[in-house]
Amino acid sequence: MLRYLGKRLLVSVATVLGIVIVVFFIVRVLPGDAALVRAGPYATEEKVEEIREAYGFSDPILVQFRDYMGSILRGDLGTSIRTNGSVTEELLERLPASLELAFYAVLLAALIGIPIGIVAAARKGTWVDAGARVFAVLGSSMALFWLGLLLLYFLFYRLRWFPGPIDRLAIGTEPPGTITGFYTIDAALRGQFGVMIEAFHYLALPVLTLGLVLAAPILKMVRASMIDALESEHVRTARAVGVPGRQVLFRDGFRNALLPVTTAIGIVFGYMLGGNIIVEFLFAWPGVGRYAYSAIQVNDLEALQGFVIMVGVLYLTLNVVIDVVYAWIDPRIRLGKKVQA
Amino acid sequence: MSMTGPLPGGPGAENPHEPGDDFAVTELSAQAVRLPLWRRKPLLIVGAVILAAYVVLAIVGPFVVDDPRATDPANFLQSPSADNLFGTDKFGRDVFARAVHATRLDISVGLIIAVSAMILGSVIGVVSGYFGGWVDETLMRFTDIILAFPGFVLALVLVAAIGNSTLNVTIAVTVAYIPYFIRLTRAQVLAERELEYVDGARLAGNGPWRIAFRHVMPNSLGPSFVQATLVAGWAILTVAGLAFLGVGIRPPTAEWGVMVAEGAPDIITGQWWTALFPGGMIVLAAMAFQFIGDELGAEEFV
Repeated sequence: MLRYLGKRLLVSVATVLGIVIVVFFIVRVLPGDAALVRAGPYATEEKVEEIREAYGFSDPILVQFRDYMGSILRGDLGTSIRTNGSVTEELLERLPASLELAFYAVLLAALIGIPIGIVAAARKGTWVDAGARVFAVLGSSMALFWLGLLLLYFLFYRLRWFPGPIDRLAIGTEPPGTITGFYTIDAALRGQFGVMIEAFHYLALPVLTLGLVLAAPILKMVRASMIDALESEHVRTARAVGVPGRQVLFRDGFRNALLPVTTAIGIVFGYMLGGNIIVEFLFAWPGVGRYAYSAIQVNDLEALQGFVIMVGVLYLTLNVVIDVVYAWIDPRIRLGKKVQA
Repeated sequence: MSMTGPLPGGPGAENPHEPGDDFAVTELSAQAVRLPLWRRKPLLIVGAVILAAYVVLAIVGPFVVDDPRATDPANFLQSPSADNLFGTDKFGRDVFARAVHATRLDISVGLIIAVSAMILGSVIGVVSGYFGGWVDETLMRFTDIILAFPGFVLALVLVAAIGNSTLNVTIAVTVAYIPYFIRLTRAQVLAERELEYVDGARLAGNGPWRIAFRHVMPNSLGPSFVQATLVAGWAILTVAGLAFLGVGIRPPTAEWGVMVAEGAPDIITGQWWTALFPGGMIVLAAMAFQFIGDELGAEEFV
């Protein structure tokens, strides 16, 4: 187990290093004149020169790389051109908003995807299964911004069930004091139930948009692994000796399907960790995705670079955690034997 | 408890085989083979029909509809009518004309990205899988790094760095999708190179490059072709998503994502048509590719 862990960690550290190098290449080397790109098309000559000096873009590329690596190792992701603030601090400030959105979106996706996947597998080949498949295909080809706009039109403009795209809370509502950073949980912990309900109201539309789309991959994974489990020999034996159908479905089927399903949920969550730029922009959600959006609009490549590195590292970390948990549960993996997942 | 789904030795096996029928056809699918295509793979037909409609629209459309840039300030934000099927936008431009013009751009960009990513990815995948060793190791670590970014984010930062233009968007999105084809082809090549015909080719005096590209590669492309249909759909979504964020293709170009971005603010004041029609065209196109890929048995990457 320790050997497996060590190997896995080593590979991850190398990959993180690779991510950092690739990002450096993209934001510093590719643009040709790094200062010119950051200054934007309407900047004066002096402004460009100023940026070049401030960010050390006139240094040789290897010196730039050394400085860049040095600051990243210290956890310093640079200074935003737009706000003049520390990118690390600004990202950390916005991360809880993205995490809260991601958490509820993945939760909703699992609540939709898992039951439908189980039923589709149990009724394989029937119209229920066909319906589930159409839902999954629709989810895989859905444009988040289109679904979001559709929901905004019907559930906000027409029915007024949920608030429009403003923020995490209504203007004038004081956010609950930070404990976890999740407004819904913090408000509940502080007994401000009105604020909690309001926070859920503002979460509703972005969560619904993401949850419906993310339910598709989870559904597919649940269905596929359930079918594998249900067609296995131990299930056939269980059925042959007369174990009731429901018990076979959950005890022998779902429990064996749980591992790949956990992985799928983990991967989907990892995807969400970086915040979803499109959804956060559409719903004016003040998370890291919206931060990246604002950065793009003014060519703030330092901020964007920080965002991308953060996304890559979070995504990778989560994958390592999943792998390790997986290996801990299933000894066949850490022993390097092939399993059908 | 009922057994569902066709099983080996089930009803299909009772029918006697016709001579020659058993070529690559298992008993399981012998019955299925006699069903017409639309019964066996209905979504494939639906997808193909939708896609064909898009292609016709892309070729013929721009000659039929009005000028997508013509503004009519007196006639702004009109709801859909016989004159303006999809209504008009805030400049009084005909949303239908713009959406039709955009079809050519969006569909071709999607196809170009899928095909380029497939070609480049397969070539790299063949080299990686066939030659192995440190070349393989290096290439695999590199794809791992690229795959550590969500594709959308990678394309986004690439366009931000190399500048906004349709060509740059095409390049950036292609780069984001290449690793999937590398992986797919490599896995295929690893199985393929162990087969006897490869030994045969080697004994016949063919050099390694020739075996890799003339013999192994054509036999390893099947899954990539299928994957490419899915990627074409996703590429359309990605390109439109980038345009929606103001990255890449820019107004006043008639492009679906640009149109959605321009129309999005109208939604909260009730003018749904400026954004929902072009957005719907994006989703329908992506859906058509997804239907086809799904029926052809594409492997899904979550």
